[in-house]
Amino acid sequence: MTTATETTTKPATPILQATGVIMRFGGLTAVRNVDLTVNSGEIVGLIGPNGAGKTTFFNCLTGLYVPTEGTVAYKGTVLPPKPHLVTNAGIARTFQNIRLFSNMTVLENVLVGRHTRTKEGLFAALVRGPRYHKAEAASRERAMELLEFIGLENKADHLARNLPYGEQRKLEIARALASEPGLLLLDEPTAGMNPQETRATEELVFAIRDQGIAVLVIEHDMRFIFNLCDRVAVLVQGEKLVEGDKETVQGDDRVIAAYLGTPFEGDPGTEEVAEVEAAEANSTTEDER
Amino acid sequence: MTDITKDTTATTAEGAKGLIRLSESAARALTTIGGVLTAAGAFLAWTWTSNFPGDLTYYGSPAGLQWLAFTAGLLTVLFSLAGYGVKGLRWLTPTGSTAPIVLSAFAGLAVTWFSLIAIAVELGGVANWVVGGILAGIFSIVPVIGALALPKPGPATQDTGIKATLAAYVAKPSSTKPLPQLPGWQQRGIIAIVIALGLYVFTYGIDTQGGELFSGFLFLAVFGLWALHSAGLLDRFSALTEAHKGYAVTLAFAAAAIFPFTQNNDHDANVGVNILIFGTVALGLNIVVGLTGLLDLGYVAFLGVGAYTAALFSGSAYSTITGFSLPFWAAALAGTAASLVFGVLIGAPTLRLRGDYLAIVTLGFGEIFRITVRNLDGSSGPDITNGPNGIADIPDLSIAGFNFGESHNIAGFTLGRFANYYLLMLIVTVIVVLVFNRASDSRIGRAWVAIREDETAATAMGINGFRVKLIAFALGASLAGLAGSVNAHVSSSVVPDPYVFAGPVAPNSAFLLAAVVLGGMGTVSGPLLGAALLYLIPEKLEFLKEYQLLAFGIALIILMRFRPEGVIANRRRQLEFHEDKDQDPTEPTAPAAPAATAGV
Repeated sequence: MTTATETTTKPATPILQATGVIMRFGGLTAVRNVDLTVNSGEIVGLIGPNGAGKTTFFNCLTGLYVPTEGTVAYKGTVLPPKPHLVTNAGIARTFQNIRLFSNMTVLENVLVGRHTRTKEGLFAALVRGPRYHKAEAASRERAMELLEFIGLENKADHLARNLPYGEQRKLEIARALASEPGLLLLDEPTAGMNPQETRATEELVFAIRDQGIAVLVIEHDMRFIFNLCDRVAVLVQGEKLVEGDKETVQGDDRVIAAYLGTPFEGDPGTEEVAEVEAAEANSTTEDER
Repeated sequence: MTDITKDTTATTAEGAKGLIRLSESAARALTTIGGVLTAAGAFLAWTWTSNFPGDLTYYGSPAGLQWLAFTAGLLTVLFSLAGYGVKGLRWLTPTGSTAPIVLSAFAGLAVTWFSLIAIAVELGGVANWVVGGILAGIFSIVPVIGALALPKPGPATQDTGIKATLAAYVAKPSSTKPLPQLPGWQQRGIIAIVIALGLYVFTYGIDTQGGELFSGFLFLAVFGLWALHSAGLLDRFSALTEAHKGYAVTLAFAAAAIFPFTQNNDHDANVGVNILIFGTVALGLNIVVGLTGLLDLGYVAFLGVGAYTAALFSGSAYSTITGFSLPFWAAALAGTAASLVFGVLIGAPTLRLRGDYLAIVTLGFGEIFRITVRNLDGSSGPDITNGPNGIADIPDLSIAGFNFGESHNIAGFTLGRFANYYLLMLIVTVIVVLVFNRASDSRIGRAWVAIREDETAATAMGINGFRVKLIAFALGASLAGLAGSVNAHVSSSVVPDPYVFAGPVAPNSAFLLAAVVLGGMGTVSGPLLGAALLYLIPEKLEFLKEYQLLAFGIALIILMRFRPEGVIANRRRQLEFHEDKDQDPTEPTAPAAPAATAGV
């Protein structure tokens, strides 16, 4: 992939800086002291087994949860933990379980995403001056552009809930993009998709990155993650285990242990491994004989 | 004629037989003849004495309920002929003729037999039927037999239970025959004719004397509209109005403005003005409940705030603000502003709650308003509202020399006191409809609907949930206040008692909420229609007496069971039906979509 060249050509300025984020629910600590930085023009992956706290961490970033400790800064300014202010600052997100406005049309869904970038209030809506019409027309135009970008321009008047699953995922991304974010958070964007759809989503994420939007993505599909991401962070039981490029993460024993479990009870010694190998070698030689 | 041959081949291929075993041609003949007979039965005498309301004793001259039966018979005939493919009538049944025939035949049956039963019950026995009545009763059964012998529409299913079969008969087919595009002036003409018909039907309903005639009217209206709906005509009409929106809305309001001129009885104008007031308030509530999805159970308090404010500034002798009165426009503005302030005051602490909690808290605030107003009488609090006695003798309005309390002659028509107020209220309704329409189709309106759909996702899209909900709450409240300021003058006194959560008299929170839900949430015409129905039914069915609330409850349950989206479905729900139709052209585009994205 062309990702490496992209990042090196641009000077990496941090877009998102989460420092020391801790989230406790009563006695349960879901996120323990996680630091994460996303630089401009970067696609960063966040992986980890189920229940590792990835979505909780996302919710802390977007203000849906108020983190117990720690700060989240966007382009150097610390964000208040209110979802609408976070979106206003420039962080948009999608949800793990699709949360579209199901009884609104596809176009209306994207228009709602434009909420923070338009300012017309109730009074303007009632008076309907020329400026209102202009702003509304501009919003619609931008929304239609986004629908074209994800390939749903023919379904603008359909109800969101009548879209097939894959298109609902795409619409969620378009809705998030409508707020003109600098950072896009994707929570399992390919869950439940078939390989073709997954590949299409991959292309879509690259296209988004090429527009200058940094992306932080949670995903369980490892091929998807390692194709896509410049950097991957691994979250296990609320703690960040490793962070780095593809090789670093794939080669890390702790990551393998977290996903597959340790092969023996306790720490498997090298002696034991050697023993097993020897035994295997013996058996094969016996067979040949 | 090609249409019928197609029809029959399609149905026989599925092997669908009628509920009653008859050949199809016999069944069709039976429905047509039966329709004629039902209509003809209206010309017979149904009873011997003029004691039954409407005097159904004449041969050759239908009256009251008989006219309704005649109309039902006529509908049956028209739909049957359309079923034959008679040229010039085929436009009547764009989705097929079976369901409309069945339903209009049922309409005739229901009206006729309701009348006969009413005669028997009220006059004390079946002996009060005369030969004509019995004949009419038998006649009305004929088209039903014929209709149920028509081949069962829809796919042949294993389920042959009576319930499933009947449901198949009255179901609206999803496929529509494409009709030729009419020229614009014809489309406008059709809209004008339909709205004139609507005005006639509505006026007829309000004018009906006695519960029997109104019940018969309801039977005919329900089955008749259902037949028109299943024939696809209502969809067609809404498509027409969608194409000529401004024209249709203007005509509808013109028709509403003509209404008082058709009335020579000021009581009916009173019914009209009350329907407008409560419909307008329900429309305000629709912003809160229908668009934003906040269940407000104390909404009537805002109507009260507006009414009390207008009453205080009206110059009434009982008002605590003595020797001072505001002109109406200022009083109306004051009422609106006071409601707005109360809306913000009540909304600010409560809107942080969601769902059931919000409902309970608003219910509490509604009661607090009533009890407070009751106690501000000088003995248990400062004397502001005159306590339980309220503010009486509110003078009639007089705008630019036009005294609303007197009768005026306009172009040969006499407009009484309530007719004057009706026209004033109509202007207020127009304003509220305009506000509702503009607000709902805007950035803020979309934010309301988004919050209703999924509040968490809405806030994640950058919507300040609390602020937007507060705007909805305040706007809804101020619209109720505006209507309230007119209401104070119409009823000429304001007392605390009507502003309760639930009660037998119209302005109470449960009534308003029911009007919104029953009429159709999120629509403009829904709450207006809901308020009209809910106000008219108790008004006309006085004979139910203490069972009124029970009947009201049963009617609500039945409606919510069979049409949960309300009488008038939301535009978004209609869109859903449209999508079923154009599913085919959109399907092929779906596989192309990933390719399009890949190209981006």
